[in-house]
Amino acid sequence: MQHSTGTPGAADAAQAPRGTLGEDWRDEDLVLGRFRLRSRLLVGTGKYASLEESDQALAASGSDCVTVALRRIDLHAPPPPGGSLLERLRRGGYTILPNTAGCYTAADAVRTSVLAREILGTELVKLEVLGDPRTLLPDPVETLVATKELVAQGFCVLVYASDDPILAKRLEQAGATSVMPAGSPIGSGQGILNPNNLRIILESVQVPVIVDAGLGTASDVAFAMELGAAGVLLNTAIAGARQPVLMARSMRLACEAGRAAYVAGRIPKRLHASASSPLDGVSPSSPSGGSRG
Amino acid sequence: MKIIVNGEEREIAPGTTLEQLLLLLGLDRGSVAIEVNGALVSRSRYAERALQPEERLEIVTFVGGG
Repeated sequence: MQHSTGTPGAADAAQAPRGTLGEDWRDEDLVLGRFRLRSRLLVGTGKYASLEESDQALAASGSDCVTVALRRIDLHAPPPPGGSLLERLRRGGYTILPNTAGCYTAADAVRTSVLAREILGTELVKLEVLGDPRTLLPDPVETLVATKELVAQGFCVLVYASDDPILAKRLEQAGATSVMPAGSPIGSGQGILNPNNLRIILESVQVPVIVDAGLGTASDVAFAMELGAAGVLLNTAIAGARQPVLMARSMRLACEAGRAAYVAGRIPKRLHASASSPLDGVSPSSPSGGSRG
Repeated sequence: MKIIVNGEEREIAPGTTLEQLLLLLGLDRGSVAIEVNGALVSRSRYAERALQPEERLEIVTFVGGG
């Protein structure tokens, strides 16, 4: 298996004797630098109607890593009862993944990362450098520049990027801890528009590949994991659902199901039918009995 | 004296430190990061960093995001 760190469970499964993995199978952790995650579903904390709804959805997702954004503090807002988002996430024991959303230059993204590290005391960051506010598509040039700078400053950089396999390779060479190609534009819910690019990325890079952005529903998540993604990162698909907490549960199940299917090894697709029942030994109908289906 | 916090003017007593300012604003020092005039001030220096007139502060924290 090509993903030495991203899909260790798959490597083990490939060596396990046929039929020995089932209910007792436990997936291996998703390893991101010195951070180890039990769940391969990473979730955002944006767009929820309330902090309570966010708490419930995060819990239902089973995720142990959540993203947050850095913004100016609102000096006029009363402190929320039950604590701020950060206090809640700390109480929940989550690995907090700060993003650089809203940054359009490498310099801004590095500044934001440094501020986030000052608050959290950890070097984990989701690098996101966008090209323009209309498409929210990542700027590949600024993203690569920022990746190099953050790696040089000791950050563990998870890099949001387009689904370009060459860029993914360049980001890996620059020292990215994880490459996070978008399935489709942020918040669009269009799913994985180019699974072939994702396949090429998955066979090209050794670092864990986490599909980030654009996923809309459970089947998108399962599809990403079946292709061999090490994880998926979601926000709008859960927070924007009519029932966010239920959708969070659905995404957890889809992530686990897709991952297990990948590890189990799907059958190849074939043009013609292949009978599941034996073709030999069919009992012929008696002359008087007529034909039966 | 006047300082500017997140784009808004504030009147504070001369010699106010960052630590005292956070208390005045009711902010938890563990949940924010502060830049003064564009330079990050480490949390360990809040108690000794006295503010000067016209200094510009950016105080940031985490909000929901994806």
